[in-house]
Amino acid sequence: MAQLESKKGMFVDTSVCTGCKACETACKEWNELPMNPDFGFTGNSYDNTGRLSGENWRHVKFVEDFSEDRSEQRWMFLSDSCKHCQLAGCMEVCPVNAIVRTEFDTVYIDHETCIGCGYCITGCPFGVIDIGKLTGTANKCTLCYDRLQVGQQPACAQTCPTDSIQFGDVDELMLKAKDREKFLRDNGDSKAQIYGDSDILGGLNVFYLLQDEPEKYGLPSNPQLPQKNMVGGYWSSILSFVAAGFISLLSFRSRRLSKDEQESSDISV
Amino acid sequence: MPGLGATNGRGGATTTTREMAESDCIVIMGSNFAENHPVGFRFVLQAKNKGARVIHIDPRFTRTSAMATDYIPMRSGTDIAFLGGLIRYMIENNKYFKEYVVQYTNAPFIIKEEFADTEDLDGIFSGFDEQTRTYDPSSWEYEREEPIKPDNEPTTLTEKIAYEKLLGRPKRDDTLSHPRCVFQIIKKHYSRYTPEMVSEITGTPVEDFLKVAEALAENSTPERTSTFVYAMGWTQHTYGVQCIRAGAILQGLLGNMGRRGGGILALRGHANVQGATDHPTLYHILPGYLDMPSAEKNHDTLEDYLKDVTTPTGWWVNYPKYMVSLLKAWFGDAATPENDFGYNYLPKNLGNHSHYSIFRDAYAGIVKGMMVVGQNPAVGGQNATFHRKALANLDWLVVRDPFLIETATFWYDAPEVKSGQVKTEDIKTEVFYLPSAVFAETGGSFTNTSRMMQMKEKAADPPGDCRSDLSFTYELGKRLKELYKDSTLKRDWAIKNLTWDHYEPVPQEPFKIHEPNEEALIKEINGYDTKTGKPVAGFAELKDDGSTACGNWIYSGVMPEEGKNLAANREGDDYTYLNWGFAWPANRRLLYNRASARPDGKPWSERKKYVWWDEKEGKWTGYDIPDFAVNKAPDTKPKMDGIGLDAHSGADPFIMLPDGVMQLFAPLADGPLPTHYEPVDTPVENKLYSKQPHNPATLYYDVPDNELHGIANSDYPYVITTYRVTEHHLSGAMTRWLPWLAELMPELFLEISPELAQKLDLESGDYAVIETSRGQIEARALVTRRMRPFKLGDQFIHQVGMPIHWGYAGVVKGSVPNELSAIVGDPNVTIHESKAFTCNVRKGRIKQGVV
Repeated sequence: MAQLESKKGMFVDTSVCTGCKACETACKEWNELPMNPDFGFTGNSYDNTGRLSGENWRHVKFVEDFSEDRSEQRWMFLSDSCKHCQLAGCMEVCPVNAIVRTEFDTVYIDHETCIGCGYCITGCPFGVIDIGKLTGTANKCTLCYDRLQVGQQPACAQTCPTDSIQFGDVDELMLKAKDREKFLRDNGDSKAQIYGDSDILGGLNVFYLLQDEPEKYGLPSNPQLPQKNMVGGYWSSILSFVAAGFISLLSFRSRRLSKDEQESSDISV
Repeated sequence: MPGLGATNGRGGATTTTREMAESDCIVIMGSNFAENHPVGFRFVLQAKNKGARVIHIDPRFTRTSAMATDYIPMRSGTDIAFLGGLIRYMIENNKYFKEYVVQYTNAPFIIKEEFADTEDLDGIFSGFDEQTRTYDPSSWEYEREEPIKPDNEPTTLTEKIAYEKLLGRPKRDDTLSHPRCVFQIIKKHYSRYTPEMVSEITGTPVEDFLKVAEALAENSTPERTSTFVYAMGWTQHTYGVQCIRAGAILQGLLGNMGRRGGGILALRGHANVQGATDHPTLYHILPGYLDMPSAEKNHDTLEDYLKDVTTPTGWWVNYPKYMVSLLKAWFGDAATPENDFGYNYLPKNLGNHSHYSIFRDAYAGIVKGMMVVGQNPAVGGQNATFHRKALANLDWLVVRDPFLIETATFWYDAPEVKSGQVKTEDIKTEVFYLPSAVFAETGGSFTNTSRMMQMKEKAADPPGDCRSDLSFTYELGKRLKELYKDSTLKRDWAIKNLTWDHYEPVPQEPFKIHEPNEEALIKEINGYDTKTGKPVAGFAELKDDGSTACGNWIYSGVMPEEGKNLAANREGDDYTYLNWGFAWPANRRLLYNRASARPDGKPWSERKKYVWWDEKEGKWTGYDIPDFAVNKAPDTKPKMDGIGLDAHSGADPFIMLPDGVMQLFAPLADGPLPTHYEPVDTPVENKLYSKQPHNPATLYYDVPDNELHGIANSDYPYVITTYRVTEHHLSGAMTRWLPWLAELMPELFLEISPELAQKLDLESGDYAVIETSRGQIEARALVTRRMRPFKLGDQFIHQVGMPIHWGYAGVVKGSVPNELSAIVGDPNVTIHESKAFTCNVRKGRIKQGVV
């Protein structure tokens, strides 16, 4: 890891997101991402982006939450992107170390090094990463690394007209978010909750204030690192390593013993 | 907007987007604020975070509804019934702001005995002529005292005209009990707009209606204020201006006008609509809301014209100064008192020359050539097929736009050409396409919804031959002047003498393409002394004798000194940001802000103090520039023989209007009070006025294939409304060509409730055909509970909706939604009725589909 300047991230407050998609457009403009070759009408609310992909590093989700008689009616929006996790599964699985942690404590894919193997796709519990259709390498939000390096904030945060996306030092943002969570709860939004505090993958540098359970927004309530799924496997490998080692140790020992015996016998001789 | 102008004195929004954050209750009606004005909407969210109620009244649950504290469903086109119900509620329940109403509105004024209300005549007011379908408003006037004329002789043109026209003061009853006082007339007019009646007309449940009424009443007091926000959802009806009037009357009764966090915000459809109206791009006015001379009136000489248009009391007494200064700005030294400053060389209107009239006349062969700049009528005009027929009948057509839009390509690309109904070789129109620069490639300014002019910086030269509209207009003028320079014909006087050379471009480093001289242009708009050439400090310095020139009096003060352009100011602060940009008039942010103080000059409350009388200093002061004579004490008595502001007291806040008070009752082309009428295409009878279902003064257009559906037409059973989404702009001329925006909303879609979708066997993603007598289009179904059926008494009415952004060219294409709507007009401004009409919907596709 490079020398840590400060821990940068974003606080995405869904309670003031109007679903305008200015963040999506700003992201594509700044990062010069192409039009999605598979674009089309989805019939799913106002979401024609569908998912995060190599061409869409930011995706506004539209959640229509209506009861049949419309006595409960909500339309919720969430601007989704890479979370820049403290425990980043993508980094851990990358076989060529193309995914690095920057001086801003963000997770960055180095396209010069990436071989496009796609391991990181399975390594990410949020489905953030995709192989770019034009680049052939793994693509995702860089938190506008190039802008951060010159003291600018990410394009999406700068564009957001309602400050739903706020950029800054993660610790300060988290304090802000907690205040906001309390305000919403005090004002009748009983399900308001922070998603991405230290309880989730050691903390998400890009974290959210949700108005309902994470599942409503299609976010996993308890995301796991890929390694965790392999705990059993790890233990069996470790055990078999240990066993193999033990056996070989034993064989070394027996060899040494026999040698020792020989030696000792030699001596004794 | 005449709705606001007739009520308050100026047509502009009375408040600002920033001021939303100061409000305790924001009612958004006829607007999808969050989707179509996403940047300004931040201030609504700030208010909400401070505990304000945000109420969205709309037929659809939109992105604005999603952010509101209360969503109130309402059938398209029934705004006046809803607002009339609120007016009745405030009066019947004694919730109106009595002191404000008596002191600051014309509620106490007594109307002539001849006046008859729609309640007396079953849906029409007195003075209606069945033949011409127009009103004679003479029976709507005030009863007046005998006029008192000044003793002295007039010394200026302004005085001469004012003295001659001076009327007696209106008779009044401050107890509001005289049966013919405005208050009692309003009370009677809305007496049948009960919550139950409102619900039967609008489909809004009674409890939802009462929720709005109670919220407004609670938040309209000396301590608290409410604001109204509207956009095309109020205006695009055959009674559009009266929708705005209804909102303004309500705000007057609630005492919210001119107060912190109060007023009415008119959201403009794009970045510079306010500026385009001010300067203007309209046929019936000259810059600064001066009337276009008319051949239908006695406007023969300058004095005849001024006598007709000037009001002797109130600020408009100064009309002659602004008109003469405008003529001086245009014709320079050639404009002299002897030649009426060139007045007679201005063209005169021969009637209604609005958008639809121009296209009717093009179709009829009267209009031969057309320049279309920044507009896309081939798909953006209502009854778009008719618009293309009209274009096809022109001799020549010039289209200026950044992309090769449908209006430039209709002759080979329109659906009727593709399907073979019309052959390209039969279209004789010669089409010239001239590429234009986009906003980042030009300098200039925008005037936004808050009446604020802001300069913007050019970022890059436009590519190739693309040029700004300003450059194009300057170059065209230069060439025309060259062509006419040797003419000796009298009719060519205007073009020969038009001042033009001062616009000559000056080099603008580091660019290669140089725009006309912005500074010279802004100085001309500001006004200057014709002898010294020095800018005037503001419109108070303008004269009616030719010693000043001014291109647009309402912007006067934007450049008070040579080179000092206040529109370029960029100093923000926490509240009224007076050093950011320049808001007309005179950099005032809240209009009529004298009303933010009580008649005695003290704030209505500490919490809502804004502008007040400083006793010690002997002047008005506060957070804003006072919209009032700054040294006029609150206890100043009106001069009985006074003209202009002298006729007003120190407690008359509405300085533009003749009597200094808000006109709750105000003459317009379709009556003095808003009345519930159904749209021209409607699923139901008018429940209030059985004999008069529609606005009697509606403008109808006798053009081909423009049949109306009338009432409860079984061929067209569903209500449809059209609108915009965030991802696209208007006809899509600037957005469907941009891949990043095109992919976000790639296809035309029809929003439809699950209840109706089930009936029609439609699922999300299916193709649906939408039909009216005007046309037929196809769209993808988007089935959503955000749409809902409306219960009107025992009857259920289904409503669908679709965005207007598609056409047959661009990166993404689709059917043209505007094929469906009719050409029909509001009698005040000739706005069409695209927000509420009827249609049929079925599953399937059309044969000549362009998708």
